[in-house]
Amino acid sequence: MSIAIYITVMAGVTYLIRAVPFTFFNKKIKSPFIKSFLFYIPYAVLSAMTIPAIFYSTGNIITAAIGTAAAVVLAYFDMPLIVVALAAACAAFAAGLFF
Amino acid sequence: MNKKDFAKGAYHGIPIALGYLSVSFGFGIKAVQSGLSALAATLISAFNLTSAGQAAGVEIIAAGGTLIEMILVQLTINIRYSLMAITLSQRLDSGFTLPHRLLASYGITDEIFAVCASQRKPLTPAYMYGMILTAFLGWVTGTALGAVAGELLPLSVSSAMGIVLYGMFLALIIPPAKKDRRILLVVLIAAGLSLLFKYLLTAVSSGFAMMISAIAAAAIGAAIAPLKKEGRQ
Repeated sequence: MSIAIYITVMAGVTYLIRAVPFTFFNKKIKSPFIKSFLFYIPYAVLSAMTIPAIFYSTGNIITAAIGTAAAVVLAYFDMPLIVVALAAACAAFAAGLFF
Repeated sequence: MNKKDFAKGAYHGIPIALGYLSVSFGFGIKAVQSGLSALAATLISAFNLTSAGQAAGVEIIAAGGTLIEMILVQLTINIRYSLMAITLSQRLDSGFTLPHRLLASYGITDEIFAVCASQRKPLTPAYMYGMILTAFLGWVTGTALGAVAGELLPLSVSSAMGIVLYGMFLALIIPPAKKDRRILLVVLIAAGLSLLFKYLLTAVSSGFAMMISAIAAAAIGAAIAPLKKEGRQ
């Protein structure tokens, strides 16, 4: 089968999964439970994506833990996203020189 | 088009783009190893903008799988985007007309969703476009570089880059969790469930484990600490 067909089908499915609910869901949700659920879901998604994956993200648990510690401290002091993200990578890189 | 919103979105997109650069670099290498051309790998990234779905898609292509298989696998892996799309649909500015919705929906990824959903103000099309464009450039450039020159980047740099996205996630979670105990509770439940799947219920695939952990944690939060009134209080 032509690779173009695979790519088209793959892209089409992925797009529709996003576009149909985003485009045609116009109602404002009233249910307090669902509103609360939708308020919490981003934090829950982020947390489940980060823990424990962050500790395996550099291929070395020690450098990842040091990068994580740097990110936690800076995030706790409300540093901007990019500062926290890059500091984590720099800390992991620096730690990688020793471990 | 509001230039200030676009610039703000693009700025918020920089950590996403850097994280994507390192992840898609790996995807580019993998795709070429699976027998795809660099062009095909880059096109897949440009049209899909998703990590797990693309990795699975490349495996199906390499194995000469059926289109039905491709459709079912993409639906299963990417169905989380529908939930994210509904969540974002509740936070859109009135300027988000039908054409804007059709266009911006292309860019709903885990990371873009997370940053957009944690904004206090309603989302404008310009803000989302700025972020999506920046993230797109990182994702597509990384794929092309990985496919063409996968072995050139020193391992010490590429492995350290692996933590960029997660560092950004912590910067999105920790400040609100520090101020709001209900968010802290949800974050801890989600992390606990995620650990449970990683080390005990290992039969569940990582994408499903993430979804189940997140949905359960948000549902528990909504049940025991529902929002009082309109808005976020």
